[in-house]
Amino acid sequence: MRVKIFVSLKNGVLDPQGKALEQSLHTLGYNEVRDVRMGKFVELNLQAGSREAAEVCIREMCDKLLTNPVIENFQYEIEG
Amino acid sequence: MRWGVVVFPGSCDDQDVFDSLKREMGQKVKFLWHKDELAGHFDCLVLPGGFSYGDYLRCGAMARFSPIMRGVEKFAQDGGVVLGICNGFQILCEAGLLPGALVRNAGLRFVCQQVWLRVEETDTPFTSQLKKGQLLRMPVKHGEGRYHADPETLERLGQNRQVLLRYVNAKGKSSLPANPNGSLDDIAGVCNERRNVFGLMPHPEDACSKLLGGDDGLKIFSSIAAACELKSGAHG
Repeated sequence: MRVKIFVSLKNGVLDPQGKALEQSLHTLGYNEVRDVRMGKFVELNLQAGSREAAEVCIREMCDKLLTNPVIENFQYEIEG
Repeated sequence: MRWGVVVFPGSCDDQDVFDSLKREMGQKVKFLWHKDELAGHFDCLVLPGGFSYGDYLRCGAMARFSPIMRGVEKFAQDGGVVLGICNGFQILCEAGLLPGALVRNAGLRFVCQQVWLRVEETDTPFTSQLKKGQLLRMPVKHGEGRYHADPETLERLGQNRQVLLRYVNAKGKSSLPANPNGSLDDIAGVCNERRNVFGLMPHPEDACSKLLGGDDGLKIFSSIAAACELKSGAHG
């Protein structure tokens, strides 16, 4: 199955990249833009017997390596 | 005493740490390749600065799973003295040996400059020869050095006096321009609760000789040496 993992900075962690992006978007005239936050996107193929087994595996991988729980949250989508 | 300097792919300050210890202080130092298991007796392990694994994913995120880190973690759990400088600090945080995390500088720029540091605590091996409130001059050079921890962790750091160094101005006072990366509470270096693991963003090995503009960095290394020799003497 194809897994898409979205990593975002936790609320309360200052995101200077997001702020810089927001300023640039304002410069381009998109003044309606607010609260830009930058994250990461990881895509991978996973062989798992069931959706439940895949979810256990994804959570483990996120806790161990793909995210740093001190500063980041994650969400995921499973396709197929 | 015996020092080990861990070399990861992408470490670049390993040789400078080695030279500071060996040439400036006459210490016994050995390089330790990250793919090897930790073997032999050491009094202090140093994780040097650099860009281990190209800083991919997050700084230090992959280095913390290098084979040698199992030994480093065991060494720390057994009370061994571990020093992480810059990327080494990031690796120790990723490994959970130190609280908090180091994230992108608030100004988004790579900073490369001299900073003033105030010594906050002296009851650790890393600051044993220093005085509380003493100022040190050392360089920083990093893009991801902003110390972050949640409010509960920051409070605990305060209660346990785990912040050993803070960025200050030349008068020793906290000030916005004196903090090069936006670190919370001007934190430049923290230790663990047990006080045997310490990480800092500034580079003591780059301040090891008057020829380089100052030798305040040696005061950290010589503090460690004095503390370790005292410890080994006490144990006969």
